[in-house]
Amino acid sequence: MAEVATETRLPTSPQLAVKRIAIVPAFNEEGSVPSVIEEIRAFDPDFEVVVVDDGSTDGTAGVAAGLGAHVVRLPFNLGIGGAVQTGFRYAFEQGFELAVRVDGDGQHDPAQLGLLLGPIVADEADIVVGSRFSSDGGYRSSRSRRIGISILAKTLSVIVRRRVTDPTSGFQALNRKAIALFAADYPHDYPEVEAALMVHKHELRMTEVPVQMRERAAGQSSIGALASVYYMVKVMLALFVGLFRKNVTPLEETK
Amino acid sequence: MTPLVVSIVAAIASVVLILVVLELIRSRRLRERYALLWLLTGVVLLALSLWRSGLNTIAGWVGIETYPPAVLFAVGALFVLLVLLHYSTVISKLHDQNTVLAQRLALLEQQLRERG
Repeated sequence: MAEVATETRLPTSPQLAVKRIAIVPAFNEEGSVPSVIEEIRAFDPDFEVVVVDDGSTDGTAGVAAGLGAHVVRLPFNLGIGGAVQTGFRYAFEQGFELAVRVDGDGQHDPAQLGLLLGPIVADEADIVVGSRFSSDGGYRSSRSRRIGISILAKTLSVIVRRRVTDPTSGFQALNRKAIALFAADYPHDYPEVEAALMVHKHELRMTEVPVQMRERAAGQSSIGALASVYYMVKVMLALFVGLFRKNVTPLEETK
Repeated sequence: MTPLVVSIVAAIASVVLILVVLELIRSRRLRERYALLWLLTGVVLLALSLWRSGLNTIAGWVGIETYPPAVLFAVGALFVLLVLLHYSTVISKLHDQNTVLAQRLALLEQQLRERG
């Protein structure tokens, strides 16, 4: 929390009457999920919280339910893409107008949600991504990972013809249009970069805002060394092939 | 030395393999995760087809003196084995997950019936 103090006054939650939800994907994060839930409520008590427990073997689901969050328990581990999409489906089916994603490991600071919500509330964007790299400070990941991220950022920037600085950030806010798209189709493992391409192809408005992230509070990162190589190859392949894909149809409103 | 026509045919076959895999990914019939080994197979076979002196050298290493293109078959066969082994692990995982899903569904149905 200390490094955030340098920021001049973070925006508070916009006082709006829209149904809003925070999607918290969590895999074995019993140590950090309670504070994430409490920090979301401290930012805005009107946020409902759904914790998507991605097949945890620890007490993640129990501690989340104990704090009164909605808990969706996946019967086995789907990976981050499948878990997050479960959250989008929940948000869509339950009629939420606005969703934010806050990872259960504590690296996303809910106090900064106001920065993400601004462009959505002003209807300037359909999806807002918090970027670690468009400002100074905060936790910026290891050196090798930063190089990988910057390669992806440059590739993606060329494809979408817009400057993207943090294509792997999962700290996001979405309006209903974006929720409907991701509820219908979301990439599988390591989804954010491909999701940005989907957003571009569907002509939704995506924008980045500078945020500061924290080092994960507890638990382990989901990406090891060998997995990083797989990550880069898989995402570059998906970006290239994704350019030639037909668009999916977003979920339709039933009313 | 490898006959030129063998190299050409092998290169064309590798390129076709790569293109078919890419099209399967594009049309969402194959996930990237399960395509990578196939693409690697295609790229390695393509490289060995085009790099004719390299094929000779490798043939020398492994004691194939009369017919270097045999290395192409050997490498192709090795990759097919790898892909099959990979798929066996994938099927095993799917089998386990399917069991879990069936159990969850049956338990849910039972709960619904007792409430209903």
